[in-house]
Amino acid sequence: MGVMSLHAADTSRQTIVKAIMEEDADKKIALINGLVGQNDPSIKPLLNAWKEDAIFLYKLDDDHKIPVLLTDDKDADDKQSATRIEDGLPLKDKDGKPVRLAAADFDAAEHDANLRGAMKGVLELLALTDPHRDKRIQSINTLGMSQDVEKLPALLTLQKIEKDGKALHALREAVALIQLKDEKHEVQIAACKELAELGSIPSQDFLQQLAKDSADRPEVLKAASAATAVIASHVKSVNVIGTAFRGLSLGSILLVVAIGLAITFGLMGVINMAHGELIAVGAYTTYVIQGLFATGVVMQVPLFFHEPLTLRFSGMGLEGSKLDNYFLLALPLSFLMAALVGIALERCVIRFLYRRPLESLLATWGVSLVLQQLFRLTFGANNVQVYSPTYLSGNWTVFDVILGWNRIFVIAFAVAIIFGTHLLLTKTPLGLLIRAVMQNRQMAACMGVKTERVNMLTFGFGSGLAGLAGAFLSQIGNVGPSLGQSYIVDAFMTVVVGGVGNIIGTVISALGIGLLDQSLQQILLNPVLGKILVLVLIILFLQWRPAGIFVTKSRSLES
Amino acid sequence: MKRNISKTELTLATVLALILVVGLPLLNVAGVVSNFTINLWGKYLCYGLLAISVDLLWGYTGLLSLGQALFFSLGGYMLGMNLMLMIGEDGQYFKSGNNPSLLPDFMVFLGHTRLPSFWKPFYSFPFAAALVLLLPGLLALIFGYLAFRARIKGVYFSILTQALTYGAALMFFRNDMTMGGNNGFTDFKRVLGFNLRDPATQRGLYIATALFLVAVYAFCRWLTTTKFGLVQRAIRDSETRVLFSGYAAANYKLFVFVIAAFIGSIGGALYVPQVGIINPSEMTAEKSLEAVVWCAVGGRGTIIGPILGAISVNALKSWATREFPDYWLIILGVMFILIVLFMPKGIVGLPAQVRTLFRTKKGGIKKMNGMGEAEVTTASIPSS
Repeated sequence: MGVMSLHAADTSRQTIVKAIMEEDADKKIALINGLVGQNDPSIKPLLNAWKEDAIFLYKLDDDHKIPVLLTDDKDADDKQSATRIEDGLPLKDKDGKPVRLAAADFDAAEHDANLRGAMKGVLELLALTDPHRDKRIQSINTLGMSQDVEKLPALLTLQKIEKDGKALHALREAVALIQLKDEKHEVQIAACKELAELGSIPSQDFLQQLAKDSADRPEVLKAASAATAVIASHVKSVNVIGTAFRGLSLGSILLVVAIGLAITFGLMGVINMAHGELIAVGAYTTYVIQGLFATGVVMQVPLFFHEPLTLRFSGMGLEGSKLDNYFLLALPLSFLMAALVGIALERCVIRFLYRRPLESLLATWGVSLVLQQLFRLTFGANNVQVYSPTYLSGNWTVFDVILGWNRIFVIAFAVAIIFGTHLLLTKTPLGLLIRAVMQNRQMAACMGVKTERVNMLTFGFGSGLAGLAGAFLSQIGNVGPSLGQSYIVDAFMTVVVGGVGNIIGTVISALGIGLLDQSLQQILLNPVLGKILVLVLIILFLQWRPAGIFVTKSRSLES
Repeated sequence: MKRNISKTELTLATVLALILVVGLPLLNVAGVVSNFTINLWGKYLCYGLLAISVDLLWGYTGLLSLGQALFFSLGGYMLGMNLMLMIGEDGQYFKSGNNPSLLPDFMVFLGHTRLPSFWKPFYSFPFAAALVLLLPGLLALIFGYLAFRARIKGVYFSILTQALTYGAALMFFRNDMTMGGNNGFTDFKRVLGFNLRDPATQRGLYIATALFLVAVYAFCRWLTTTKFGLVQRAIRDSETRVLFSGYAAANYKLFVFVIAAFIGSIGGALYVPQVGIINPSEMTAEKSLEAVVWCAVGGRGTIIGPILGAISVNALKSWATREFPDYWLIILGVMFILIVLFMPKGIVGLPAQVRTLFRTKKGGIKKMNGMGEAEVTTASIPSS
């Protein structure tokens, strides 16, 4: 034992070394328990390594052994690099070179069931003081769920020093959960009341168990049942709010996807089956921009009937918050790219078909096939990975409802797009021209409006909105060649239900369909059946209002 | 279009029909035409039926239905149920002793022990054959009634039929529908007791398909020359005027819609034993649109056009997917765009188009386009 100094204030590492070398089992456990309250990050990995037999006793000479940790992969001779437990430094020989050891040559540090139990307890309590709040809360919750009465004092101590509101909330819940196991009835009843007041969803099972166990104690039974009822109604309202939020978020997605269509289909009367592919153009633009910011991007430009031309762009290799900024650049560029593709489509195909809507449906379907295949050839048939900026990937828990940042962002984005579109249509000269041409093309032409140009810009604007939708969809779903196909049916339904030529109608119908879909899923507990039912309801709705929610009034016969 | 069928057309049609129904199978027996080719042509002719059903709606009535692939697959599924039950003791699970109650294999796989009751009548071939017509017909009747009553037309009709198809596909993808889910039905062994692997059976199926196609052709050709056919085309050109003349346009449309569903589902029922598989991926609006391409290529508003289109586009597809697998979709897409823009009457209308081109030496294409527009406009928008 001579290697160790016996100072009063040992470091955590030194305590662990002592515990390893100690031969008396009780003293070992006492040493381990002494680690509680020490905020040393090395404790957890070391104790885990000990449990997993990765700590070995290395012989310095015949009398002296020191514990070492063997890490890294084994090399050809089965040797691993060795670290001294005492100070965490590599083990070196006399010449100062790092020593590599084979595990088979040494004895592993021993541990028995009692010791492992003590280590587990220490680790659990250590986790309670983890500087990271979320981890702390997680371990508090685990302790509460275990309903281990022995852990109660530690939690009560913690309650005095904890300052964070959420952690305190979790502590109250954990304490109450453990107190359900208390022998005194008054404590149990108080715990039931506390849980009811907290609206603690995870405690439902425990309360029901308590009610079952206390058939002979009417007052406890009563308190437990009352608490269960309170929590059940809380769960119900949480579900309603959660459903409403998901519905709102789905509605916003539909809205973002359909708003471009509401312009090209609703205002211009062009059935653009390639709308979905314009969305994909936006999503792939986001992917490329992200690639340029990060590690680079590879594209296979198809040269027909020749070997494809492989383009490699090396990226800027940014990481972290600098990489996050790519999204700010991707948004305008997705709009621009999709708008350009849309304008090209309008100039080359659609302008010949303004008087033949069914034909425009067919020709744009052809375009959609071509674009899909081009995506497949350029970016591969599989989905590509788009990195989400950190500010879009967290979530926010309010009232037990988990709200994803990206979902909240989509809602905000939808509001912004609607507002922007509304401003463009009502407050700008271009908007005035667009409305004039859509209301009465010939009259507008007579007044000197260049209707061809307005058509082109309107279509470009609608397509650009599709591109923006793509940039957003890349944050919440997969980006692949058939991305657009998965949204196109929903988008058309949204516009048709909303009433053609009416942006507000599209807004209402998108939110309505989103809420209906999510509510039906919640009620039927079956997403597919819910979706089918939504389609059926839409068909029935159109019986009642064939022209959608808002009908554009017209004296024309055929409208 | 002439009211009566001319003698040349009659002779031409008879000759073609004889070649399809008698000629090809005879050549097959003689060994000139391979079994593979016969099977392939059987498939093409099934597509021809699907194309006719699209054309009857789109070319003649101005209803672009994206739901015809749904009726096609429903027909296939109905006959497929009978074929599945006829596998009997040849099923993989029965052979390995895990399927004493002779369920279709996919049901054993999903853990069913009893045949769902709605499957039981499908042991009878006549029942399955009747449902091939009845189920799609009923669906078309209900959906058509709702849609036409609400005066849903033009692109709205297309979008709604697309949604209908989408909803049905979602339903068939579900395993608890007990219709095979994702994989659908496959591995058929015999139809009406004949072994499906036998070239003679395949030849028989081919002849049946050709006969049905000829019969449907004759029926549709007759139908479009009747007064009914005139009203049909009048609806296409101006539905409001038809209404004002006192015709219940909705009833006419409903009738055509149901007839088209029949034709499509017959095509599907013949398709399944020849191709040997049916699954929900056949049930998409894209498949309907593909059939629309066949019509457009062959020439819409004629009955022979869709057949020609189905055969030629699919022959092209067989060749192109083998030679340029990466470019087939691009070829199809571009072909479709060009046909919509420049050949509104398809192959059938090509001779007339070429003649016009030669007659008007200056700005031929422009003028021809204008003409095509005037004649083919299927749904007019208000000149508001």
